[in-house]
Amino acid sequence: MSIENNVLVKLNNVGLKQNQKWLVQGVSLQVEKGKIVTLIGPNGSGKSTTAKIALGFYKNIEGNVEKYTSNIGYVPQKISIDWTLPLRVNDLMLLTENLSDEVINESLTLTGVKHLKDKSLANLSGGEFQRVLLARAISKKPDLLVLDEPVKGVDFTGEIELYELIKELSLKLNCGILLISHDLHTVMSATDHVVCLNGHVCCCGSPSEVAKNSEYKALFGEQASQTLAIYEHKHDHVHTTEGEIKKK
Amino acid sequence: MLDDFFIRALVAGIGIAFVAGPLGCFVVWRRLSYFGDTLAHSALLGVTIAYSLEFNIAVSIFLISSVIALILIQLQRKTNLPSDALLGLLAHSSLAVGLVVIGFLTFIRFDIMGLLFGDILAVNKKDLFIIWFGGALILITLKIIWKPLFASTVNYELAEAEGLNPDRAKAVFTVLLAAIIAISIKLVGVLLITGMLIIPTAMARNLSDNPQKMVIFSIIGGLLSVFIGLFSSLEFNTPSGPSIIAAALVLFIFSLLKVKQTIQLKN
Repeated sequence: MSIENNVLVKLNNVGLKQNQKWLVQGVSLQVEKGKIVTLIGPNGSGKSTTAKIALGFYKNIEGNVEKYTSNIGYVPQKISIDWTLPLRVNDLMLLTENLSDEVINESLTLTGVKHLKDKSLANLSGGEFQRVLLARAISKKPDLLVLDEPVKGVDFTGEIELYELIKELSLKLNCGILLISHDLHTVMSATDHVVCLNGHVCCCGSPSEVAKNSEYKALFGEQASQTLAIYEHKHDHVHTTEGEIKKK
Repeated sequence: MLDDFFIRALVAGIGIAFVAGPLGCFVVWRRLSYFGDTLAHSALLGVTIAYSLEFNIAVSIFLISSVIALILIQLQRKTNLPSDALLGLLAHSSLAVGLVVIGFLTFIRFDIMGLLFGDILAVNKKDLFIIWFGGALILITLKIIWKPLFASTVNYELAEAEGLNPDRAKAVFTVLLAAIIAISIKLVGVLLITGMLIIPTAMARNLSDNPQKMVIFSIIGGLLSVFIGLFSSLEFNTPSGPSIIAAALVLFIFSLLKVKQTIQLKN
């Protein structure tokens, strides 16, 4: 591991060409310990591709990837479980790592789905499933978390809750997070570094810098640059997934 | 005790059931039934080669099936044909070539029915050794690659992202599939080996809500099929392979009752 600068993964001017078409090109970024880097951009802008390049899925890329850890937790954008494979939440938690019951319970509690532990995956809702996937990724206490739209399908309050959890985790586990999201509101508040993609890096920097950038405005509209303000209010209680009210 | 042909067949069947259960689960989960079929069909070619070169049958089948698997993977990469067409191409052409070669080997008497459908009388002590020793090797190897294989069966990208090397697990699994076909051909026969892998597993799916249970139930299903099948084969003088598979089918049909119940419960 590169100790001096805490870098976990570094992309140097990477690009990927498939069927004579560039999916992404000239992307440079780095994820450090305890920092959250968020990729934003419209559909087909290469967000997932960039994340997969960082994970080392593609062999024929341009540029290079320096990876300093192999302890990685991943939440893919799409995951479909075949009904021929009977799988409970608990089985999914043990998929890539042998974890103790205690650790599993702890992770599931963090994402608010401990009560689903013995349920079959086929019976979960989209949001519940997403929470389970997030619990699975954090359970192994990874150095690097790669989250490809981790709160897709989660209800609005849950979304904010989970983003707050993600932020908390980056500090608690001191892990680096590469986050992909569509949701500008929450992202902008919980991120250290934003990379705005559209086939290439449009702009990048701290959330407030990016929000002011003209290319960002062109991509997401004038309104988007005010999202920081929209998020600035707080609830004094939260609703757990079991329907109880929890004071903060 | 092993001097009795029926005891030998039974011991062979038990060994095969223990290996077929877990492997069969992966065949079903990864949707490889046709792939298994193709490997099994190519086994006949392996048998003919073994006879003409006076080579061990199991080893020969194992080698030929592995080669066919490699050819398939290459064809999938280099042609635009869909996988099922390629599988059909390889399955039937290797079966045809195998039968043609048998036609040429007039100096050896072949029991074609025995090769295609298994023969309860054919299992000798050496076969038992191959089944139990080979079977143990297969299970140990499967245990070693279980985690990456299972993880990539659930989600390939997840397994790869978290450093489990799914491609290697897949390659090893293919070899294991060739190996179980090689060890079980004498008892079950070329045409029905895939049934031994799939039908007890399909039964197990109906009874289980988690992967471990499914593996255990498919082993139990395989064992029951072997017992019932071999006893009826002895009783009614039917070929051993079809008898075992027919027994497995009966068990599968019974397991459907359970499915019906759970569906009713849900409603």
